[in-house]
Amino acid sequence: MRIVLALIGLLFAGAAFAQTDNPCQIADGVLQVGFPLPHVAAAIENKQLDIVVLGTRSSALSGAGGAGRAYPARFEAALKEKLPDVAIRVITYAKPRQTAQDMQKQIAPILSRDRPALIIWQTGTGDAIRGIDPDAFSAALDEGVSAAQAAGSDIILMNMQYSPRTETMITLTPYLDVMRFVALQYEINLFDRFAIMNYWNEIGTFDLSVATKRTDLAERVHYCIGRLLAEFVLEATKLTAPNDEATQQ
Amino acid sequence: MHLPESERDLRLDLFRGLALWLIFLDHIPSNIVSWITIRNYGFSDATEIFVFISGYTAAFVYGATMQRRGFVVAGARIFKRAWQVYVAHIFLFAIYMAEIAYVVAHFENPLYAEEMGIFDFLRQPDTALVQALLLKFKPANMDILPLYVALLAGFPFYVWLLFRAPTLALSVSVAIYLIAWKFSINLPAYPSGHWVFNPFAWQLLFAFGAWCALGGIKRIGRFIRSPYAVALAATYLLLSFAVVMTWYFPAYAHFVPKWLTDWMYPIDKTNLDVLRLAHFFALAIITVRFVPRDWPGLHSRWLRPAVLCGQHSLEIFCIGVFLAFAAHFAMIEFSGSIAMQVLVSILGVVIMVAAAALLSWYRRIEDRSSGSRSKPPSASPAGSPP
Repeated sequence: MRIVLALIGLLFAGAAFAQTDNPCQIADGVLQVGFPLPHVAAAIENKQLDIVVLGTRSSALSGAGGAGRAYPARFEAALKEKLPDVAIRVITYAKPRQTAQDMQKQIAPILSRDRPALIIWQTGTGDAIRGIDPDAFSAALDEGVSAAQAAGSDIILMNMQYSPRTETMITLTPYLDVMRFVALQYEINLFDRFAIMNYWNEIGTFDLSVATKRTDLAERVHYCIGRLLAEFVLEATKLTAPNDEATQQ
Repeated sequence: MHLPESERDLRLDLFRGLALWLIFLDHIPSNIVSWITIRNYGFSDATEIFVFISGYTAAFVYGATMQRRGFVVAGARIFKRAWQVYVAHIFLFAIYMAEIAYVVAHFENPLYAEEMGIFDFLRQPDTALVQALLLKFKPANMDILPLYVALLAGFPFYVWLLFRAPTLALSVSVAIYLIAWKFSINLPAYPSGHWVFNPFAWQLLFAFGAWCALGGIKRIGRFIRSPYAVALAATYLLLSFAVVMTWYFPAYAHFVPKWLTDWMYPIDKTNLDVLRLAHFFALAIITVRFVPRDWPGLHSRWLRPAVLCGQHSLEIFCIGVFLAFAAHFAMIEFSGSIAMQVLVSILGVVIMVAAAALLSWYRRIEDRSSGSRSKPPSASPAGSPP
């Protein structure tokens, strides 16, 4: 429904769809880049960009070669394509069943170990499944985001997958709202994976309610998530003013 | 103290019926028709309407019983009602279990390995089932009925106090709301967290409905009909509409000043945020102003379906929850197209109306067969209790 409203919004805004052959295409407005990434901009300037993806089961794919087909690897490949003269490293920490509280504790060690310019924090599903208090979820996000900011890393939140089959069973709305709210509060970007997948399902890019044991659908979805994430990061980086404090470091 | 005029206030039935439809539409995920429901245009949603009207009608029905037959009989009837609501909730839980058992057996997709974690509780059905019976384990969209059980459990004492000291009774309710808010008091849930509808917060709306029913509306009637109140309410509704629009058009979110967002968000449904409460009051003021009690439209054929549904709220609510499951299931199995979304939405409402008509017919034949004996409480002036 949000998509329908977004589409109406587009009509009002007079924006047009960019019609391309890109299979991952989403409409303008589904994904909003709101804030700059000064540390990423500085890292690109220095030709060395380290990124950490901190996620759960939905940041990984099972099976042989799954890691290479999951979105973090696709994201890394897309970045390398777009920034050929920058040394890019994407480190992924994806453990199943974690809540935001479990993950937030790992952020400080990760920061001191890997010194990434950017952390992509995918979370929310574990909390929604376990019915963690949205307030506690919000507090965990607060902790993690402020730890990253204090250590001098940019951070992007990534929300849950859109899953039509389990929609009546997992209540995502409060957790989606909390993530949107925390992102606004800390002026960080939210990669709205939920909205993207919802959009794809609605326009028929992917049939997300299909039952299958095969991994090809999952691989294609991850491929597109990885590509869009790379575009998202680069677009946000462009928002960074050249005289931004962090780029001077 | 006397009960107010005993002629049935059809507005209660009408708006409760409409609220039931909206709750049904909101419970179907990814449904374009839910675009019309009020939650998209302001802070509050159909839940507030439903809880308030249920408090109002419960006070009307059981207040009359308490006056005629005393505290013990009224209390016993209220507890019987709480038991019925509890049983209805367990019935819905059984339907939910059937649905997820089906999904577990038939749906597999490597993309959603993480989401399948929702079925982990099936590995310990002993714990999950006991927690469900204790009203601690409540799956998605099954939170309203446990709230009613809790509200009804405290209701006899509230009505008793309401007859003796209405202002004190309402003050107690406000105090509970404030204390729960200040000290974050809520009931625990399983496997973690708290009740989605905090009964210590939501009791305020239920209690306020009851207070209005037992004479309160007379006291505040002059205020809520005054042009100032109406203007204030309209202004608040417009402001909240503007804010809510920025949720759907994030491009305009920067028009909302930062101090306002810092103060306002998150708007907490669990603890009945005061902004939601104010939004409901504003809606109520506008409604009372423009839909008078004797509005002829209330008897029109066109509004009859909603009135009927409002008169059988518990049954229709349960049917609505079940139909929302079924509608979502049909959308996934057959087609999620917009045409399908509209079809299942309309079909669902039609089934709710048909069921309500059937229930009315049952009630009529039962009234007839009970003949000259005293009328059962279900035939009381303000329709069925919650």
